[in-house]
Amino acid sequence: MIKAKNVNFYYNDFHALKNIGMEIAANTITAFIGPSGCGKSTFLRLFNRMNDLIDGTRLTGTCLLRGKDIYDKSVDIDRLRKNVGMVFQKPNPFPKSIFENVAYGLRVNNMGDKKYIAQRVEESLIASALWDEVKDKLKKSAFELSGGQQQRLCIARALAVSPDVLLMDEPASALDPISTSKIEELIHTLKEDYTIVIVTHNMQQAARISDKTGFFMLGELIEFSDTKKMFLNPEKQETQNYITGRFG
Amino acid sequence: MNNHKKRSERIAFMLFRTLGLLVVLILFWILGFIVYHGIGAISWEFLTTGPADGMTSGGIFPAIVGTLCLVAGSILFAFPLGVMSAVYTNEYAGNSWVVRFVRVMTNNLSSIPSIVFGLFGMALFVRALGFGDSILAGSLTLGLLVLPLVIRTTEEALKAVPYSYRTGSLALGATKLQTIRRIILPAALPNITTGLILSIGRISGETAPILFTVAAYFLPKLPNSIFDQVMALPYHLYVIATSGTDVEASRPVAYGTALTLILIVLLMNLLAAFLRKYFGKNVKHN
Ligand SMILES: Nc1ncnc2c1ncn2[C@@H]1O[C@H](COP(=O)(O)OP(=O)(O)O)[C@@H](O)[C@H]1O
Ligand SMILES: [Mg+2]
Repeated sequence: MIKAKNVNFYYNDFHALKNIGMEIAANTITAFIGPSGCGKSTFLRLFNRMNDLIDGTRLTGTCLLRGKDIYDKSVDIDRLRKNVGMVFQKPNPFPKSIFENVAYGLRVNNMGDKKYIAQRVEESLIASALWDEVKDKLKKSAFELSGGQQQRLCIARALAVSPDVLLMDEPASALDPISTSKIEELIHTLKEDYTIVIVTHNMQQAARISDKTGFFMLGELIEFSDTKKMFLNPEKQETQNYITGRFG
Repeated sequence: MNNHKKRSERIAFMLFRTLGLLVVLILFWILGFIVYHGIGAISWEFLTTGPADGMTSGGIFPAIVGTLCLVAGSILFAFPLGVMSAVYTNEYAGNSWVVRFVRVMTNNLSSIPSIVFGLFGMALFVRALGFGDSILAGSLTLGLLVLPLVIRTTEEALKAVPYSYRTGSLALGATKLQTIRRIILPAALPNITTGLILSIGRISGETAPILFTVAAYFLPKLPNSIFDQVMALPYHLYVIATSGTDVEASRPVAYGTALTLILIVLLMNLLAAFLRKYFGKNVKHN
């Protein structure tokens, strides 16, 4: 589904990603782990071109989605972002009603009439395991929800436009343990329909939910393998050190 | 040592509080003064009829209408222009030297004395463009005057909208324009409305910019079109307080006019505060 080849990324003069290559299969969950500042988010943002919003950045190498170069001049960025959804670290619902939050992506992408939108909103809220909690207050402001509910709302919002890939940047890091486990369960069920890439600073989380894990350090992809193998029998000493909590 | 510190702390606190209260006191004093002298002049008749007896009695209806026309006209001109310009500098232009230049110039523009705007308005709108002394010329001049205020308050309002709304919207495949129209502007609306209030307050009280562009000394007839002259409250006040037919006899009318002006501004502020609350219902930020 996703393929990165010889990717180098720079913030002005700062070399943030160093010669990274990776292949991610469809309908898998891939976790990125590594110390903070190692480039996990930067790498994630390459796939929906959110890095384009930052001034003074430069990319070399190729990023492919379904075999197509997403940095090709002919690519429609808005369309790409519709196909590659993103959930952010801090829940960021819009200052709108619960319904309108989920409907937003459908509206801006001109996807269907009123009836279809209502149906899709319901499906997305069911898929994000939020429906039962909000079905009676769809018109209420999204800000009346708890942090965990807001994050699931943001997931529903991303799902509504039927993306192929879902990028999640530490989606549970701002949440309490109960909300976190709900989100983890949710991610697990979403695997059937989506390709998921999740950044996490929590190694247990990566071990629990992912099929494959990539370990980053100082802008390099140190190791990328099956999660089981990575946590039981890592190939590299650095990975071993990080996983067992021995640093530097 | 410690005691000494505590004492100076206390003295400083008292000093600040006294000064703060003093400011409030002065404000209430001015208000009280105007209300005390003006309340007697105000009546239904005063608000709904034209001046009489060489402006020593009668009402101020034409001036009220004139001021309302000028406020509406200048807002109609300055508001869309100011908001669009702020959206451009804040959302589109990044931090290029063009934007910094525009920002500096906008700030400079706001420190130009209003009489200069008056002269400029006369030269450009009244003479060069041939609008004559008219609501149009006056509104455009007042509009130019408040433009920097509108731009600045709108920019502040846009800056107060969390960046995460922008990324959230763009990440769903929304275009920049969609993001601005559907998310950012609605979220900024309450604060933009506050800017509008400030602008209205500023416009209704300005005398110098309308002096050479629209204001009539005495014109009981109401305007028919935007090319007519009108009376306006602040100028009317100036006239009857300094150069009317009988300044002494006009005193009550003058205070009545001042009070009306204050009340109008107050009323608009209340209305705007209400609108702000109404728009703001759904847009409290996390
Ligand atoms: N917008 C930016 N401008 C400049 N440098 C940045 C920016 N974002 C991230 N960086 C730098 O790039 C490196 C990787 O950051 P990031 O991808 O956010 O790391 P992670 O998500 O693994 O914590 C860090 O050293 C960070 O300081
Ligand atoms: Mg990060």
